[in-house]
Amino acid sequence: MSKYKVNLKINNIAVSVDEGTTILEAARQLNFTIPTLCQHDDLCVAGNCRVCVVEQKGARLLPASCATPVSEGMEIQTNSLKVRQARKHIVELLLAEHNADCTKCFKSGYCELQDISNDYRIGDHIFLDLVKEKDKERDISSPSIEKDDSKCIRCQRCVRTCDSMQYVSALAVTHKGNNMRISTFMDKPMNDVVCTNCGQCINRCPTAALTERNYIDEVFDVIYDPNKFVVVQTAPATRVAIGEEFGMEPGSRVTGKMVAALRRLGFDKVLDTDFTADLTIMEEGTELLTRLKEALVDGKEVALPMLTSCSPGWIKFQEHMYPDLLDNLSTCKSPQQMFGPLAKTYYAEKINKNPADMVVVSIMPCTAKKFEAERPEMRGSGYKDVDYVLTTRELGRMIHQAGIEFEKLEDEKYDSILGESTGAAVIFGSTGGVMEAALRTAYEIVTGKEVPFTNINIKPVRGMEGVKEASVKIKDAKPEWSFLEGVDVNVAIAHGLVNAKILMDKIKSGEANYHFIEIMACPGGCIGGGGQPMPTNMEIRKKRAAGIYEEDEAMVLRKSHENAEVTEIYKSFLHEPLGHKSHDLLHTHYTPRKRQ
Amino acid sequence: MENKMKKVDLIFDQVDHLAILDKSLQRTQDEIILDVIESGLRGRGGAGFPTGLKWKFAKNEEADQKYVICNADEGEPGTFKDREILTQVPDKVLAGMALCGYCIGATEGYIYLRAEYNFLLPMLHKAIDKFHKELKKRDFDFSIRICSGSGAYVCGEETALMESMEGKRGEPRNKPPFPTSSGYLGKPTSVNNVETLVFALMIAQEGPTQFKEMGTFDSRGSKVFSVSGDTPTPGIFELELGMTLEQFVNEFGDGDTKAVQVGGASGFCVARKDFKNTLIGFEGIPTGGSMMLFNSSRSMYNILNDYLEFMEEESCGQCTPCRVGCQQLVKGIEAVKKGVKPPAYLEELQKLSDTMRIASKCGLGQSVPNPFNSIIQNFREEIIY
Repeated sequence: MSKYKVNLKINNIAVSVDEGTTILEAARQLNFTIPTLCQHDDLCVAGNCRVCVVEQKGARLLPASCATPVSEGMEIQTNSLKVRQARKHIVELLLAEHNADCTKCFKSGYCELQDISNDYRIGDHIFLDLVKEKDKERDISSPSIEKDDSKCIRCQRCVRTCDSMQYVSALAVTHKGNNMRISTFMDKPMNDVVCTNCGQCINRCPTAALTERNYIDEVFDVIYDPNKFVVVQTAPATRVAIGEEFGMEPGSRVTGKMVAALRRLGFDKVLDTDFTADLTIMEEGTELLTRLKEALVDGKEVALPMLTSCSPGWIKFQEHMYPDLLDNLSTCKSPQQMFGPLAKTYYAEKINKNPADMVVVSIMPCTAKKFEAERPEMRGSGYKDVDYVLTTRELGRMIHQAGIEFEKLEDEKYDSILGESTGAAVIFGSTGGVMEAALRTAYEIVTGKEVPFTNINIKPVRGMEGVKEASVKIKDAKPEWSFLEGVDVNVAIAHGLVNAKILMDKIKSGEANYHFIEIMACPGGCIGGGGQPMPTNMEIRKKRAAGIYEEDEAMVLRKSHENAEVTEIYKSFLHEPLGHKSHDLLHTHYTPRKRQ
Repeated sequence: MENKMKKVDLIFDQVDHLAILDKSLQRTQDEIILDVIESGLRGRGGAGFPTGLKWKFAKNEEADQKYVICNADEGEPGTFKDREILTQVPDKVLAGMALCGYCIGATEGYIYLRAEYNFLLPMLHKAIDKFHKELKKRDFDFSIRICSGSGAYVCGEETALMESMEGKRGEPRNKPPFPTSSGYLGKPTSVNNVETLVFALMIAQEGPTQFKEMGTFDSRGSKVFSVSGDTPTPGIFELELGMTLEQFVNEFGDGDTKAVQVGGASGFCVARKDFKNTLIGFEGIPTGGSMMLFNSSRSMYNILNDYLEFMEEESCGQCTPCRVGCQQLVKGIEAVKKGVKPPAYLEELQKLSDTMRIASKCGLGQSVPNPFNSIIQNFREEIIY
């Protein structure tokens, strides 16, 4: 659509921009930064914090630049004395209701309020301290998310995230005036409401009102406990994001440095969730083919399309919102939860350790994984399968605390066993990745040939579109899979729960003709997870995704069934996908939950 | 101007509202709108936007549906005139809405009724049913429904009102877009005060001249005032605009009036020394009708404190200057009163209120400085000591 151009002046510089552009965007085009707090590129306009106010010639009011579209002939000053005074007042007011205990705050150094306050050198605290919740206990009911109202500046980014990106609305504005706050349904604790623990609210909170529950001290305690054997696993998406914690570009591939840092932190073995990602493909791919066979050959009532189960935020969403479709979910545990029980059985046996003395720590791009590890069913090994889950951010903090100069580390390799992986596992980190990995393997199982895409890059399932669809025709199926000959395998991918809802409603209404659907709770998939470095926006997520696909292409092996350790574990321990052992250790069941 | 103030009877005069409507439907929309523009009628809710222009903007929008909303939220402390208008002449209000609907091309109208006025519902529903029957006879497509508020003051602000009608939290929207282009359910909407709609109807009957000849250049016509406080004659009075506060106080004061709060909690406080020079109207001090008189027995600190506590509670809380600013003002004057902060702190607070005036999102936060600055300036001693 061609747009009208609007001419205006910002700080006396003429600029011509598309109609509908906000003053803030126009100023950015001229390389003027206007401070913002409630504004976030991923979210709709709010215009409520007011720090982005500017002066408009001839206007009585200072418009909020984030919420005001440009108009012809407008003359804007972004830093006039009037603007400076108002902006300072507004920051002062926010600080007056903010528990500014910066020295002990987890967000210090990453806090957007702190940044603006520093920029304007606000320290006199002209106004009265209004913090009401200072002595109130923080809400630590959830194993994933910590909510501290004394840090909240009521910008409503979390509210908009939870509603418009995730279709959950666990967080909402309640009360008015001086009692206005962000709360849950009936002010219930976070763990008792419909929250998927996805942590997207945390990624967008400008202060420390919402943070992950952090377990850094607990992990250091076990690392330094001589009686404990501590193994760590790292999720695919962490390796293209952790660099950001050390000032590196988003998408920087720092797998080797991360391994080296983990070893220096004192973990006894550094292993890889990518190994169980490959294993997931074997289990889930077989499960899909089995379901298709049961449906097409045996004429059984089988729940199709099959839905992926790697994303614990998505799992909880479905348990709350679509409990009647739980049969469609793959019974496969997520790679994290496949790793735990294997570490405490197969691996413990191999290295001759008593699983009771083992501690499994995960480094995840995710906050929902913390909740997942606490699920009562996640004790397949007879012990708690995964003991501690840390976010990418927490790992960054640990490395800082330990004084390890991350950027200068030489690359190191994962320990063996449970350390080998393929490119198919790496791409689990990006939206469409599980689908691509599954197709690479399933197609080859069925036809004995590689998927018919250049360099096995299945481009139609990649990218940041909210809902993606693709179709792969099976050609020259092997005799045992002849029922699939000529079948178009229809797949769909959604990331971000608001997009998941679109697909789920289609399934519910019977419009969907898919066989297999991949859903990730977070925008962009795990690379945009709730435990990833901040800030986040589309550009950053795209860079991380690019890093993921580069990592894949750089691997020698790029198909899960080629992973030698996977072959070995089936030979010596699991015997076959969906077998008895797998059932006990690698598969799970789900719990219908209420919507209130 | 003669010293005796002129009382008027346009609003409460019983007229044949259907006859006016019938006559108006013979004319074009533009003719009526031009009359309303020509009359100089400005919104009677307090903000004073020219009514005819609002209708014109709404008319000029292309849309499959448009809406007329009668703002009967009447939340401003000290106003109670819309209740009386709805009680005495509901038919004129309904006809005013239909007139607006005809002019802008809307077939649906809503009365947003203040929650505390729900006792009017049976009577209003009866009047609406009767009115609908009359419209049907005339084959005129317009229907009116009532939407009951839930008690928030901010929902008198037109965009918060529409959010509330849509079932959402009553929070003001960003403007632009203005309601005449994107209002209720995103459709062009004309939101008019109860009194404004009745005046528009009367202008449609009488033509613009009579109305235009009353009042002053910026404040044409008459206005219904709600008079309360230290007065021997509290009540509702329709008066010609353009009087000075002195004339007003001579009429309504108890002989000991030290201040008049013009325009309710969001209006201005005028001290006795300024009565003579203060005109009630848009060139002086505008009001949505609230006139509160205070005599020398009243503590201006308590009055200011009451207003600020009201605003502190009634702010929707979404924007920083209003939410936190109101709290700072309430607690700030208390701190000065108690000696926790020096008197000079009042100047800091006045600077803060200036920021609230220009940086708040809606009229609520933007007008808190009115009572604050005017009371601090006029009665500084009473605040400090």
